[in-house]
Amino acid sequence: MEFKNPQEELERFRSRLAVAGGFVLFCFVLLFIRFVWLQVIQHDYYRTRAEDNRISLVPIVPNRGLIVDRNGAVLARNYSAYTLEITPSRARDLEHIIDGLAAIVDIQPKDRKRFKKLLEESRNFESLPIRTRLTDEEVAKFIAHRYRFPGVDIKARLFRQYPGGAFASHLLGYIGRVNDRDLEKIEAREQDANYRGTEHFGKTGLEQRYEFELHGDTGFEQVEVDAGGRAVRTLARTAPVAGNNLTLTVDAELQRIAEQAFGDRKGALVAIEPATGGILALVAVPNYDPNLFVDGIDTQNWKELNESPDKPMVNRALNGAYPPGSTFKPFMALGALTLGKRRPEQAISDPGFFNFGGHHFRDDKKGGHGMVDMYKSIVHSCDTYYYMLANDMGIDNIAAFMGQLGLGSRTGIDIDGESEGVLPSQEWKRKRFKKPEQQKWYAGETISIGIGQGYNAYTPIQLAHATAILANNGVVFRPHLVKHITDTRTGKRTEIEPKPTRQLELKPEHIEVIRNAMVGVNKEGTGARAFAGAEYVSAGKTGTAQVFSLKGAEYREGGIKKELRDHALFIAFAPADAPKIALAVLVENGGFGAQAAAPIARQVFDYYLLGKRPKAPAPVDEAAVEEDGE
Amino acid sequence: MNPGLGLGMIRDFLRRLVAPIDPPLMAIAGLLLLLAVGVMGSASPERINTQLINVAVALVVMRIVAQVPPQRLMHLAVPIYLAGVLLLIAVALFGDVSKGARRWLNLGFMRVQPSELMKIAMPLLLAWFFQQREAMPRLRDYAIAAAMLLVPVALIARQPDLGTAILVLAAGFYVIFFAGLSWKILIGMAAAAAAAAPLAWNLLHDYQRHRILTLLDPEKDPLGKGFHIIQSTIAIGSGGILGKGWREGTQAQLEFIPERHTDFIFAVFSEEFGLLGNLVLLGLYALLIGRGLMIAANAATLFSRLLAGAVTMIFFTYAFVNMGMVSGILPVVGVPLPLVSYGGTALVTLFIGIGILMSIHGNRMLVQK
Repeated sequence: MEFKNPQEELERFRSRLAVAGGFVLFCFVLLFIRFVWLQVIQHDYYRTRAEDNRISLVPIVPNRGLIVDRNGAVLARNYSAYTLEITPSRARDLEHIIDGLAAIVDIQPKDRKRFKKLLEESRNFESLPIRTRLTDEEVAKFIAHRYRFPGVDIKARLFRQYPGGAFASHLLGYIGRVNDRDLEKIEAREQDANYRGTEHFGKTGLEQRYEFELHGDTGFEQVEVDAGGRAVRTLARTAPVAGNNLTLTVDAELQRIAEQAFGDRKGALVAIEPATGGILALVAVPNYDPNLFVDGIDTQNWKELNESPDKPMVNRALNGAYPPGSTFKPFMALGALTLGKRRPEQAISDPGFFNFGGHHFRDDKKGGHGMVDMYKSIVHSCDTYYYMLANDMGIDNIAAFMGQLGLGSRTGIDIDGESEGVLPSQEWKRKRFKKPEQQKWYAGETISIGIGQGYNAYTPIQLAHATAILANNGVVFRPHLVKHITDTRTGKRTEIEPKPTRQLELKPEHIEVIRNAMVGVNKEGTGARAFAGAEYVSAGKTGTAQVFSLKGAEYREGGIKKELRDHALFIAFAPADAPKIALAVLVENGGFGAQAAAPIARQVFDYYLLGKRPKAPAPVDEAAVEEDGE
Repeated sequence: MNPGLGLGMIRDFLRRLVAPIDPPLMAIAGLLLLLAVGVMGSASPERINTQLINVAVALVVMRIVAQVPPQRLMHLAVPIYLAGVLLLIAVALFGDVSKGARRWLNLGFMRVQPSELMKIAMPLLLAWFFQQREAMPRLRDYAIAAAMLLVPVALIARQPDLGTAILVLAAGFYVIFFAGLSWKILIGMAAAAAAAAPLAWNLLHDYQRHRILTLLDPEKDPLGKGFHIIQSTIAIGSGGILGKGWREGTQAQLEFIPERHTDFIFAVFSEEFGLLGNLVLLGLYALLIGRGLMIAANAATLFSRLLAGAVTMIFFTYAFVNMGMVSGILPVVGVPLPLVSYGGTALVTLFIGIGILMSIHGNRMLVQK
């Protein structure tokens, strides 16, 4: 048994205390070394990290450029509104949060659907609107409850607005939220930095084509942010520069009158100022309300627009390809004169049909027009004259001449996605078809090409463009919608297309013949009824494009379903001696061009040349006929 | 009335009031409290008033404890320990769950955290235990002591509350260490602990493992578990030698530092006062610990010595674990910075400790004849 020795025990205890004290010292030195490491040796690194934490570069999205018509009427503008936005990466349970928000502000099922759609398409860490256009009262209510919703904030944002609603929608286009495809375009242009914070991108029409003009320069704000990402104060600021404004060649009033002239019919109209190529009106109806797309369209509207049999999303002026029908004839005649295949006074005898290879190509007028020269062939729209002419010219000559007028190729209008149409030729057929027996061009196929049928298919803008070239004596301008771009910072204007792109080798006396004949159409021919009493001299040509092959049966309007009725066409320019306006009109399933299309052109000319406003949509002239003289 | 008499009475009262108080210990604690108020004024000014009330309560408790002679404390050791263990069992059975841990016992009129009590009860009991075996304690006695230590530690660790479990374990271990457990066994235990580490790993809760993993590489999970450590080391490192100045710390003021008025208040202090401030703080703790060890060295009885030594080392454990975790060299466990972090419970516990030290110091001569 060991006895205790108080002194020894105390000594041992004190030595243990010393050990403990040493351990304390050791640990504190360890801590001190750690502090020196962090605060002296690594100080610069951590100071930078702290600054990075604290300072955030917040992009300031510039005002998008305005779009105004040639007279300054605003077609696309911006307005500021409050939106309620959620940053999904900072919010935990989205459904729960939205339910909570719905108790404070009005959130409809369609808002939820739209948000869901945005969420699927969104970039990471983006804040997405659950509600747009909050009222002041809603803003106040939310702010009082904001602490309950981390990751949810009110933002003041600029919204694109198209004050005319569906008006001119096919030329203006619309903007929508930036998607992956848009990001690729932004990256291709090395605009990534400038698009930080930008949420919208032009999707169609002018908004798409001039996106990088309209966008502007993004400003930046250096802000101090707290751990929650909320801005505490601003340290420095670079102001944004608003996007450039577009001034169009379009006359908004003319555009409105042209749109209204269609009533509830489908179709397209393109009016061009021949001396510049500037487009005065570009109508494609039905149209749609581009405002629906700005905040992200909801599924129901999207479905309606896409599934409507009227196809309102299709820009018929640029993407509808139609056989030109008899509107093709003046160009055929011009080609014949230029190539020396006909002289104006040279007349043929029209028995009412043209026989080729045992096949009767019928003229609409039974018994024929008798002796027909070039003037009469246009004024009375004689088919037989053009059957023969097409046969004499041959398909490749026709194709070469029409190609010069821009038919069958993109006009280069400043809207993306224009269709080419079809300019038939031997080569075209070889490329178009796969089987060898289909690739061969048959001489018989050339015949109906002469009257604008067969494989012929052109867009309304191509027809208007060709008409403008004719009206402008063969001087070609690229059709364009934007007259000039105004730099908002300097006020500097950049004119678009002030110079002609080419000059066709056409003889003035040949053009004169065609012009006279087309004036004759509106005076004494198929366009005379529509232009009766006009206080100006206009030149025109009606046309009717077959939708449905009759296979020899008589065409009777009443007996055919509306969708199968012929398309009505009309090309025209005025005043005939010094044209200020050239146009092409197409009315889908409108019947004869003289009935449905020419009256629309009359209203447009009356307004543009005389300032006369129509009281009602253009009438359908049931009494007018396509082939005169019956 | 004789005004001199009144003054004399007041003077007499004051003298008796401060008599049990050890001036050096009080001075050091007072400086730490001043510093705490300053940091709180930056980290969370709206909490200063509440904390001042906490301080007042803690000082009153300290003063009362300082007057209780060690003899009396020894008698209380067993009842307090038993009550503590029973309460811990009650917590395990009926405790309230808060933040995923079952730590609180609702007594109807107030909620108590019995684990906090064990920080004092543990060294008290073990000191009493070794006092009873004043003869050279045998190995068997150490084994019994270890068992009495591990029961409450296991209960606390199960709550789970790793921070308190470590503090209680440490408190008990210090008593055993000071009681003279041989170095051979200590080293053997350390070796055994190292060998058992993988086993212990399996016993840890997921969140506890996560904390350790996060410590090893906080950048792996910068937005999740690593966020606390990353932000607090950024705060400390960006403070530099002189600090950014009071209320000028961007990490603190912009709320990048989590729990900045409680467990992570050191990061706020360190960002705003820099390496120099850290030195001052380390110095104050070192003085406090030094004074405590001195009191232990001069204490009258074995019980007093062991208790004083262990209580002093509790302060060290708090300070080291807290600063170590905030600066990223120890895993994050819920241990406050002693006398500085916001919160009444820890403050009262710590001042009970200081009160005990003062009592032991005041009674160093009485029994020593």
